[in-house]
Amino acid sequence: MKYAGEFRDPALAKAMLATIEKQVADYPGVITLMEVCGTHTMSIYQHGIRNLLPKQIRLISGPGCPVCVTPIEYVDKAVAYARQADVVIATFGDMVRVPGSSSSLLREQASGAQIKIVYSPLDAVALAEKNPEKIVIFLGVGFETTAPTIAGSIVEAKKRGLKNYFVLCAHKTMPTPMAALTSDPELQVDGYICPAHVSAVIGAEAYKPLAEQFKVPCVVTGFEPLDMLRGVQMLVQQVLDGRAEVENEYQRIVKPQGNAKAQALLADVFELCDTGWRGIGMIPGSGLRIRDEFAEFDAEKQIPVEVEEPKEHEGCLCGEILKGKVTPKDCPLFRTACTPENPVGACMVSSEGTCAAEYKYGTD
Amino acid sequence: MGVMLDNPPSPQSPPSRGGEVFFAKELKLNTDVILLGHGSGGKLSHQLLDELIIPTLSQVAQSDQNDAAILEGIDSTRLAFTTDSYVVDPIIFPGGNIGDLAINGTVNDLAMSGARPLAISVGLILEEGLALAELREVLQAMKAAADKAQVKIVTGDTKVVPRGKGDKIFINTSGIGVFDHDLKILGNAAKPGDKILINGSIGDHGMAVLASREGLDLQSDIATDSMALNHLVTKLLAEFGENVHVLRDPTRGGVATTLKEIALQSQVDICLQETELPITQTVAGACSILGLDPLFVANEGKLLAIIDAEKADAALALMRSQPEGGGAAIIGDVVEKSSGRVMMQTAIGGMRAIEMLAGEQLPRIC
Repeated sequence: MKYAGEFRDPALAKAMLATIEKQVADYPGVITLMEVCGTHTMSIYQHGIRNLLPKQIRLISGPGCPVCVTPIEYVDKAVAYARQADVVIATFGDMVRVPGSSSSLLREQASGAQIKIVYSPLDAVALAEKNPEKIVIFLGVGFETTAPTIAGSIVEAKKRGLKNYFVLCAHKTMPTPMAALTSDPELQVDGYICPAHVSAVIGAEAYKPLAEQFKVPCVVTGFEPLDMLRGVQMLVQQVLDGRAEVENEYQRIVKPQGNAKAQALLADVFELCDTGWRGIGMIPGSGLRIRDEFAEFDAEKQIPVEVEEPKEHEGCLCGEILKGKVTPKDCPLFRTACTPENPVGACMVSSEGTCAAEYKYGTD
Repeated sequence: MGVMLDNPPSPQSPPSRGGEVFFAKELKLNTDVILLGHGSGGKLSHQLLDELIIPTLSQVAQSDQNDAAILEGIDSTRLAFTTDSYVVDPIIFPGGNIGDLAINGTVNDLAMSGARPLAISVGLILEEGLALAELREVLQAMKAAADKAQVKIVTGDTKVVPRGKGDKIFINTSGIGVFDHDLKILGNAAKPGDKILINGSIGDHGMAVLASREGLDLQSDIATDSMALNHLVTKLLAEFGENVHVLRDPTRGGVATTLKEIALQSQVDICLQETELPITQTVAGACSILGLDPLFVANEGKLLAIIDAEKADAALALMRSQPEGGGAAIIGDVVEKSSGRVMMQTAIGGMRAIEMLAGEQLPRIC
């Protein structure tokens, strides 16, 4: 953590802010930048970055919170599995509070379902090995940051010959949804603050087609406040120069080609598929499914389950929020019907959701 | 000054045993785990009490044991009384266990009201199958913590629940304290201009327990901060008296939740300075990896003191001179009368709000 402190230096932050202010001093319009990663959203709120920036720069949040973009059908399916007697649901913590159509994993746990929060999918593999009489289903949710670890868990389960470890797979990829958003005529994004950890896996070059096809500047940016300010400054400069390139602010972690080992693991276990994004809809080729070679670990293929009819909550604007079209404060449910204690939509549930961040850290 | 307790209960005050008076002959505990019968009230119960629990906690002769502890010599019109239950998993963690936690927690709750902790009760709920060695370790830690805090364990109760109906050991402690002064240390007494002090680093206990429970290898020493704070409070009150407006220990919910409670109770706004928060690199790093905010992580040996600005520096110096306050810091200000907002100026100069958590902090996905 000592290293992180250097990226929170108040004097450097002040200097960077002065630079940004100078950049846009004569800019007549508003530059809209979208961050596509939940951790960036949290960082912006946690460090109070939004109200430090000049008014010509508008930051909006995109669909980068893995919990938020997971469709309600997936939550319902997880709930249905959790209700089966021998099933243990293993999951990262965020997922347990997500409301499905009529229940959530947390509520099922209170009614006796076995839900185990793990910190690594390998813990779930160990859980399965230790409890051969149980069926352990891991909730495979998240982008390329987490997907390789789940791929690794499947390979490991195969190596150990486990017959009771399964993954309910809803992994998603970047940057396909960014292209989908950019081609939405209602949405005007002048530049993307590209994800940090996702990019560590897929590499900065992965955004090149996006930048070239849509003429939109992309800057891979770290999570620390100085990273964020530098990322904004680089994007603003591209806008002012009329450039649309991929630049990498986070070079200390992200390489142009990414992490070859993680990519190979992903390719071994998963293949691209069409997938639904909560609030956005189907985006072709934006998801990952388990390859046939590993079908024995695919919960959906191996364990049939009856799932209730999905029912989205009326009035919830999560879809529009995930697309950056409206902010949480535009939603009539925000802070009234929808609070962290009683979340209606996914953006309020996840600690990295835009509504949760606005609720927790927003200053007005 | 208020009422003095001129005849505090003597160390020989007999402990009670919750209605289980029985004078057992010499018996040997010929098992190494807790059995259901240890909660039956019969011979096994008495073996457990007489050979392990009472000798460890109080060393009082059987002939002096009764249904209730008699506290004599309390000649006071004002007493502090508190209770707390402890259900931590794992029961033994780096730097402590559920035993010293249960004593220190209740001692601290009394101390935060300005009272001098006097007597404590201990209710044990044991799960069938608990290793006696673990129980002994817990009881020994209770005794050591009580001795250190100079508080007496005067009464207790033991029950056993079937395996699977509990989680090794649950402990309830209640405590009684007396006031050696007439100061009113209450949550509604924070005033604009006051300074907010803390006696050391934030989030150590919560992260130590989490790391221990989940087997997280943080490649660094991390231990609970569990300790009694009554001696530190006594010194603060003796030195600064009515300039100490609020004392609160930021346990569950952490510093953020406790300050929010105070802000609401006192109807004031509080502003923290991120750069002044004492957080160790280990805790900051672990929180960062797991997506947790140290401001919401539990502490068990920390107090927040809201003190008149004029005395804040002197109070800080006093804290730092004490073993319980080596890492003390002034972390913020009470800024104005208001509806009870807590804000934080971040290291880079931004502002953010601090709200209570809805439920538990949950580790994030990525």
